[in-house]
Amino acid sequence: MTKMKDNSKNSGINNRERHIISVLMENETGALSRVSGLFSQRGYNIESLTVAPTDDETLSRMTLVTTTTGGDASVEQIVKQLNKLIDVVKVMELSHYPHIEREIMFVKVAAPNMEVCASIKRIADIFRARVIDLKNKMYTLEVTGSPDKLDGFLETLTDNQVIEVVRSGAMGITRGNNSLRV
Amino acid sequence: MKLTGAEIFIECLKAEKVDTIFGYPGGAVLFLYDELYKAEERGEIRHILARHEQGAVHGAEGYAKSTDKPGVCIVTSGPGATNAVTGIADAYMDSVPLVVISGQVPRSLIGNDSFQEIDIVGITRPCVKHNFLVTRIEDIAPTIRKAFHIATSGRPGPVVVDIPKDLTSGAEKIKFKYPKELTMRSYQPTVKGNKKQIKSALEMIAKAKKPVLYAGGGVVSSKASKELTELGQAFNFPVTTTLMGLGVYPATDKQFIGMLGMHGTFEANRTMHYSDLIIAVGARFDDRVTGDLNKFSPYAKVIHIDIDPASISKNVKAHNPIVGDVKEVLQALFGMMKEQNFTPDKSAYDAWWKEINEWQAVNCLHYDQDDSHIKAQFVVEKLSEITGGDAYVASDVGQHQMWAAQYYKFNQPNRWINSGGLGTMGFGLPAAMGIQLAHPDETVACITGDGSIQMCIQELGTCSQYRLPLNIINLNNGYLGMVRQWQEFFYEERYAMTYNQSLPDFVKLAEAYGHVGLRIEKPADVEGALKEAISDTKNLYFLDFVTEPQGNVYPMIPAQYGHNEMYLNKEDALNDPKLKK
Repeated sequence: MTKMKDNSKNSGINNRERHIISVLMENETGALSRVSGLFSQRGYNIESLTVAPTDDETLSRMTLVTTTTGGDASVEQIVKQLNKLIDVVKVMELSHYPHIEREIMFVKVAAPNMEVCASIKRIADIFRARVIDLKNKMYTLEVTGSPDKLDGFLETLTDNQVIEVVRSGAMGITRGNNSLRV
Repeated sequence: MKLTGAEIFIECLKAEKVDTIFGYPGGAVLFLYDELYKAEERGEIRHILARHEQGAVHGAEGYAKSTDKPGVCIVTSGPGATNAVTGIADAYMDSVPLVVISGQVPRSLIGNDSFQEIDIVGITRPCVKHNFLVTRIEDIAPTIRKAFHIATSGRPGPVVVDIPKDLTSGAEKIKFKYPKELTMRSYQPTVKGNKKQIKSALEMIAKAKKPVLYAGGGVVSSKASKELTELGQAFNFPVTTTLMGLGVYPATDKQFIGMLGMHGTFEANRTMHYSDLIIAVGARFDDRVTGDLNKFSPYAKVIHIDIDPASISKNVKAHNPIVGDVKEVLQALFGMMKEQNFTPDKSAYDAWWKEINEWQAVNCLHYDQDDSHIKAQFVVEKLSEITGGDAYVASDVGQHQMWAAQYYKFNQPNRWINSGGLGTMGFGLPAAMGIQLAHPDETVACITGDGSIQMCIQELGTCSQYRLPLNIINLNNGYLGMVRQWQEFFYEERYAMTYNQSLPDFVKLAEAYGHVGLRIEKPADVEGALKEAISDTKNLYFLDFVTEPQGNVYPMIPAQYGHNEMYLNKEDALNDPKLKK
């Protein structure tokens, strides 16, 4: 889910801070709705949200990207409110630690002739995107990287008739010793 | 022996030592009610039949708030559950430990828009501490165990357990085992305060010249009234409380400077404004307390003690946050103070008290009672005198609530039971009912108004069924007074829909339900009527006091004003340059 409804109370686009938060929660029915509900209820903004079970099947891990305008106090309040949810086991603000962040994207592009094909492949090479499907003169490309890189990739493709885009939303992990585990 | 789901439900309640359950039957809870019937026959659990599910939940709230036990409720699916939502939200806002069992349609029908089906877990999600939909018979007992644990520990709150009908039918039976130990990795409230933080709090107190103790409902929940009073008295702190905290410090003590906030006393709000150290204990800096945050206590450092980390630095930044159970933290703090032979700066405190005494001299709660119209303030003050500040007082929401808070001198915690956070009109009568059921031999008053009382008036039926000798004090001014007051000040006296036309004859109404009704129109008759009602411990008295029609609650801080910008009377409001008249 990317670009969910913008519930932000504040409109100061310019001084928005981006935060990436990882949440470990009980793999229970409704746990996801508790988190998404919390965000809409309290007027927090969700940029993207991804969730899936972990190696421990009783736990789900969620990566949330949120933007705030209230500085440290607002993200601190978000983290506290997440922690307050009974199903939430641990919360970590990844932006506080050295971390790696990735997002995956599929892009379907029309390639009516050889010239366009070549151009698409050239751009794909630069961004290390792979062609994963070709049918009816439609290429499907897969690209992984930071959300910024994916944005950049899309921008270069605009002339090439982008038919469909799907993005996973960002997920992240800390580097080295700081780990989010139970 | 194997038990049905419904039998397991009863065994769970017994294991939790539930003696009273409030509720209303319906299709999805028929099996549960069948077992409740048997349990009542065996003398194990008493079921209180309200007249509306909202009344059942408020009843359970009154029961819980006046005791140290959680309130328990049972409602059916669909409308039964949605009717309970207001009560659940009320308990959420005021941190009342509550377990609400709702019936759900059979599992095979869930999701089909079946008769009386509603996703109550979804509906209540934003207004519960937690909720559960039970999907297997094996989960009934562990879920109810968790529900009671979550509702009563940490910052208390309501928990809803939704049980599909087929789980209770007896088609499936299992062995009952109630889990003794319960650990939840995702829920472990911090109880003990951090030692370093407590130590640094002590250092802050040592430096303070103008401290104030600001206590809230958390002190009631934590049963820390004794600790708070000791601390306040040992160091001569001025003490103010929130609406929810009334009674945690004796109102008749000379260090008590009254409630603070929108309708708090002049002295409490000035003290907050000019203080250099706020010691906030189990309070949450609600907007009705702080007024405009930008103008709030500009000179003060803040020590904030609360069990809920999310309440700290939410509205007002805490310079020293202490997460923990208020009682434990106060004990640790007081212990440390005694250990270090802590003595406050006496000359600074004397100067501080001198300032406070001057504010007190304004006598902001003064009013004149003439011979013609009964002042609501006068009724409450008389009630306080007659009951010695020891009655249980429930209230509804509006002007009467503020007058009750201002003029009833609460000397004990758990006596003042009102809806502070959600502000639920209709709370008072059913809550009073719950209090009386928990304390059959005590005096219980319900201070209400002609608007609020009509929102759950049907509970007069419950009161007659269980012979509850409540004292209903209806401060009847013919208006939705609090809204009318705002219209007078801020909407150029356009009284949109706030005049209560077609009020019922409350005396006849009370009589229709088998109670005693009295209409009191003269100030001279107030005391006699109150005494008659209170001394009669067999009958419910509905005292309909005809009060001054357009009386206002003073002092008042208009919304978004600062603590030093109060109206003390009508002239202040009329002369307010910010209001276009």
